Amino acid sequence: MRQESGMTLIVKRITRITVSLIFLFGVYIMLHGHLTPGGGFAGGVIIALSFIHLVLAFGKKAALKRISETTISAFESIGGVFFWSIALGGLLFSGVYFLNFLPKGEAFSLFSAGTIVFCNIAIFLKVGAGLFAIFVALAFLRMPDEKEEGGKAA
Amino acid sequence: MLEHHVIILLMIAGAIVAMELEDMLSSVIALGAVGIGLTLEFLLLRAPDLAITQLVVEILSLIILIRATVGVKLPPEKVKGRIGYFLFAVVFVVAFLVFSYRALGALPAFGSPIMKMGSLYVKEALAKTGAANIVSAVILDFRGYDTLGEATILFTSVIGVLAIVRKVGRKP
Repeated sequence: MRQESGMTLIVKRITRITVSLIFLFGVYIMLHGHLTPGGGFAGGVIIALSFIHLVLAFGKKAALKRISETTISAFESIGGVFFWSIALGGLLFSGVYFLNFLPKGEAFSLFSAGTIVFCNIAIFLKVGAGLFAIFVALAFLRMPDEKEEGGKAA
Repeated sequence: MLEHHVIILLMIAGAIVAMELEDMLSSVIALGAVGIGLTLEFLLLRAPDLAITQLVVEILSLIILIRATVGVKLPPEKVKGRIGYFLFAVVFVVAFLVFSYRALGALPAFGSPIMKMGSLYVKEALAKTGAANIVSAVILDFRGYDTLGEATILFTSVIGVLAIVRKVGRKP
């Protein structure tokens, strides 16, 4: 019975401990993207990997009950629109597309670099949700439990 | 320079192994060796941003490829030794080598800083953007438009994947 959804008890127990740490590491990489190596793209991929970790360990149904495919696509769209609206904000407030219109702040501090932080957050949402959606679409193409919900149109 | 040559030779060996193996899972793992070699190469060239991104993307693509190829048995495809294919391949390889020899000969020496725009970015990034990480300053401020295009590419690829593998219309 237990084998049907996900992996063994050991993997599930370890996953409970590690998945939040991986998630936090992704957020750290993203928020410090303007100070240290990393940035929105790498942070987004790490977040997608943490969700993939969850899906692989607990099975598709248990993981996608928490975060549905509609939520994933909503997050991706929010990221894209957010990034584009930052670019439009540059056009609106200072007349140049993609201009860094926010105050720069003190260098080497967390709250600096104007719009770059928000660009990182937007890219982070977009990349994380997009790659996770690609994983869910590609990797569960021939899962055995897909047939049960085959009649339900997505 | 020796370590670069060693890593590049390992990557070429991994790529050839991935091409020649018949088991899909072994091919995917050999492909992972190529990606790790590329990560090490970025790290040796002092590009930690690229190394982090390459490493995590490599892990992600490895997971997706393993998940998608496990249990898939493709019949080994034997191409008959036709002389036309062979001649075409030889002509293509020779032309590629000649053009790349000429193009690479025209490039400046390895690592010599000649870039006009690049030196401008390096000089003014901190003052103009306030970002301590110059890579972020370039990709999200100076070249923000390129990043918007990249985000569009990702969006389009997600749409394409979802359109191809959607459940509606697929026969079990």
